[in-house]
Amino acid sequence: MHRKIVSAAVLLYLFGSGIAAAQTELTGSWATRNHEFLAGDGLPVDFTGIPLNEEGRLRALSYSESQLSTVERQCQGWPAFYVAQGPFGLKIWSDTDPLKGNVISYTIGAWEDRPPLTIWMDGRPHPSPYAEHTRAGFTTGAWEGNTLVTHTTHLKAGFLRKTGAPSSDEATLTLRFYRHDDILSLLAIIEDPIYLAEPWILSRSFQLSAAPLPATGPPCITTFEASTSQTAPHYLPEKNPFVDEMTKKYGVPRAAAIGTPETLYPEYRKKIPTAAALK
Amino acid sequence: MRVFLIAALATLCIAHAAGQSAPATAKASAPTDLTGYWVAFVTEDWRFRMVTPHKGDYQAVPMTDQARKVADAWNPEADEAAGNQCKSYGAAAIMRVPARFHITWQDDNTLRVDSDAGMQTRLFHFNKQPSPPGERTWQGVSSAQWQGPALKIATTNLRAGYLRKNGVPYSENAAVTEYFDLAPLPNGGQVLLVTTVVDDPLYLRLPFIVSSQFKKEADGSKWDPTPCTAK
Repeated sequence: MHRKIVSAAVLLYLFGSGIAAAQTELTGSWATRNHEFLAGDGLPVDFTGIPLNEEGRLRALSYSESQLSTVERQCQGWPAFYVAQGPFGLKIWSDTDPLKGNVISYTIGAWEDRPPLTIWMDGRPHPSPYAEHTRAGFTTGAWEGNTLVTHTTHLKAGFLRKTGAPSSDEATLTLRFYRHDDILSLLAIIEDPIYLAEPWILSRSFQLSAAPLPATGPPCITTFEASTSQTAPHYLPEKNPFVDEMTKKYGVPRAAAIGTPETLYPEYRKKIPTAAALK
Repeated sequence: MRVFLIAALATLCIAHAAGQSAPATAKASAPTDLTGYWVAFVTEDWRFRMVTPHKGDYQAVPMTDQARKVADAWNPEADEAAGNQCKSYGAAAIMRVPARFHITWQDDNTLRVDSDAGMQTRLFHFNKQPSPPGERTWQGVSSAQWQGPALKIATTNLRAGYLRKNGVPYSENAAVTEYFDLAPLPNGGQVLLVTTVVDDPLYLRLPFIVSSQFKKEADGSKWDPTPCTAK
């Protein structure tokens, strides 16, 4: 009997404490602070900070926000990337195995135009590449020390930014959840071999909230918005009338506004023309 | 057998206790290696960071009315004339500046962070009892501690400065808390995530929270020291 107790104690020491120490509580309501302007949707052509490749830029500049007035697109929502970009907080909860007590999945609640993100923690594999792609995609997660690391695949083609920077159905999202005291920081690495020249790295921080956030937003309801066009609103190459709005309003060079990768590094500042030259 | 198991358990407990005893130095006990050259990857707030925002463009900063009055009176020429061209390079804002950062160990208990833009130097002291604060500086006095694999830094004793280049102010009583985390990049390399929390009851209605990311570079070949500019 004593042997069993001591053996159990040794096993608990070796495995139990190690597992418990390797995780952090993430569930609860995390309020957004929005002190960083990640949405980048103030002007129609604002792709600053996105390392688009040529194909991505061409698609982005062909986009017209009037597309959202067409009934079939009004409720299309935004892909999983929006969890790190949108102006909303995070409501996170977990589902546990009723017998073993281990976490089977975490879920980040939905908002009006953001699908819920379920993070499978039970070791299940990602589906076949030919399986259905959705707005939320398919996400698995694992702990690396105190950091939850998730990987999302099977995303439907959509947008990297609401202003039309595109994402393909080959895009993937890796999220790292760092909790420090009452701050939760998300590091998002977005890869897209079709539209990005290099991985796009974003981060965003949330603050633990005593007030509960809703687990879902209001439903999206389509309505007729007087768009009778039989074609999808768009701009032909070189015809986007808003391409120089960032330059006129904020003194941002066109190369930066259209998401040229070199503009994301400090040395680009030396190439920025003076405000007078931009006019 | 029973004796053996008890002895094994005792050995494990002693080893565990030994593992928890304070290591000799912060450098020796560093759970992660932050040293090297890091370049800001400006994927957020581009128009507030890479170009100087227009006067009055304070989007997303939870400013008090008093802060707004100060910012509305922003005068970069006057700052330069007064030798205050580094006001937007202080500890509350420096990690948001498009720059390269060189992180080294100055000694066994002091991590040093140099910036090429603005040519600033930050010292993160791991000593339990740092020396009493002296004159206020742009970078203030920083105490550091490891929290798991992350680094936590608390900074006070600052000179009043700007959160953004266009005069969004923080006061000399602002307190800055930062967390440094490392992550791997998909194709090799590393990214450094710095979460910055600025508390300033005078000029901020809420703690100002931003997070910035940096890519590790192989060497300092792109290091380009440039002095502070007010404009």
